[in-house]
Amino acid sequence: MRLNLEFMAKYLPMYIDAAKLTVEIAFWGIVFSLIVGFLCAIVRYYRTPILHRIVAVYIEISRNTPLLVQLFFLYFGLPKIGIVLSTEACAIIGITFLGGSYMAESIRSGFEAVDKVQVESAQSLGLGRWLTMKEVVFPQALAVSVPGICANVIFLIKETSVVSGIALADLMYVTKDLIGLYYETDEALIMLVIFYLIILLPISVVASILERRLRHAGFGN
Amino acid sequence: MENKIQLQVSNLKKQFGSETVLDGINLDIHKGEVVVVLGPSGCGKSTLLRCINGLETPTGGTVSVDGIEVTSSNKKITQIRQKIGMVFQSYDLFPHKNIMDNITLAPVKVQKRPRKEVEQDAERLLKRVGLWEKRKAFPRELSGGQKQRVAIVRALCMKPEVMLFDEVTAALDPEMVREVLEVMLELADRGMTMIIVTHEMQFARVVADRIIFLEGGKIQEESSPEEFFTNPKTQRAKDFLQTFTFEKRKTNNI
Ligand SMILES: Nc1ncnc2c1ncn2[C@@H]1O[C@H](COP(=O)(O)OP(=O)(O)OP(=O)(O)O)[C@@H](O)[C@H]1O
Ligand SMILES: [Mg+2]
Repeated sequence: MRLNLEFMAKYLPMYIDAAKLTVEIAFWGIVFSLIVGFLCAIVRYYRTPILHRIVAVYIEISRNTPLLVQLFFLYFGLPKIGIVLSTEACAIIGITFLGGSYMAESIRSGFEAVDKVQVESAQSLGLGRWLTMKEVVFPQALAVSVPGICANVIFLIKETSVVSGIALADLMYVTKDLIGLYYETDEALIMLVIFYLIILLPISVVASILERRLRHAGFGN
Repeated sequence: MENKIQLQVSNLKKQFGSETVLDGINLDIHKGEVVVVLGPSGCGKSTLLRCINGLETPTGGTVSVDGIEVTSSNKKITQIRQKIGMVFQSYDLFPHKNIMDNITLAPVKVQKRPRKEVEQDAERLLKRVGLWEKRKAFPRELSGGQKQRVAIVRALCMKPEVMLFDEVTAALDPEMVREVLEVMLELADRGMTMIIVTHEMQFARVVADRIIFLEGGKIQEESSPEEFFTNPKTQRAKDFLQTFTFEKRKTNNI
């Protein structure tokens, strides 16, 4: 296989821009996913009346529909009822809608792993709900949740490739575009893989270091 | 022992579904008094203690500390819990905080006392139980007996008026039981008002001012330790004490 290096050099800037867009969408999608996930996990943990049910329905919908369908709904469906969002906004909301439920489940499993007697001893010391959550439950839950959260982060970054489906010029979109125009399939795909690796590898490494640290911290009584 | 009533339980009832666990408990505990609650497994000893500091909501009756009723109203309950210290059977220290932080957390964050002052109290108490060297250690680095002593110190640092102990030595290896019981004995000597649930009969006999025997959701017998152990009034109490001597003989024969 002989690679057309000239072609690769020529379109490198395009890939760099696309990578920036991919990272931007993934970044905001993940930040909002964490916020949504945390709030949903809190609602589920405390079994807040009504909200608890709504969150359960959201989680089912979010986990059982493909991201592309969710994006189509935002991008093509919402304008029909008069809500027009920018393509970037659709992408970020889509990632958040998907990621929120995954984060919620990871964070909730952390909350639930904290022994009930921990909560009771906090209460018996006079700590209110907020202090009990902040000082006792959350720090212990986090240690349990982190591996799941890291896996979700990587999953969501990979899922951003789907936003090419609503014509956002991310890495996947640029690649498909170049292949369509010039038939330089090998070069385009190699660049795609390399760019995803540049984004994902450092995150993977950080995640595994974090997990190892937490395992060694091993809170266990 | 003074005459002031520190803790008053009146007609306390607790049901779990259709199961009545506590069926009208009346109990007045004076300042400085040590009450030991005995009874067979499942008779509601833990439930009684948990109702007293509001971890369970009673189905009926009242509990009051210093004349203030323990209700589930959020503001009041946290106030009252500061007057009641509780130590559980399972080691309940916060595993992600070191010993000092475990102890200072509530006094600093809940009672808003200056950290300096709280740390001085913690130092004095930790030295008293012989664990000052462990102040920077994490709970996982401590033995069961050491953890329970820290749990007692943590509760004491809130300057409670009543201490509740729920089988705090039940999960300990035998050689560690004594170190924890001695801390409790010393506390009793210093005039702390305490309610103790225990299966350590010898300890109960020494530490108690009064023994409460609970069964079938009611107080079956209430007497001085001498009377209870040498001459129990009710058949149920006799049977209960019998189970201990039986167990003893059995282990001796092996
Ligand atoms: N949260 C709960 N829900 C339902 N039933 C409960 C609950 N807590 C306790 N019970 C029941 O109440 C009864 C009394 O329990 P409790 O733990 O107070 O007994 P205990 O005297 O402390 O027993 P032990 O000596 O074994 O510790 C038991 O039959 C138990 O099954
Ligand atoms: Mg019990």
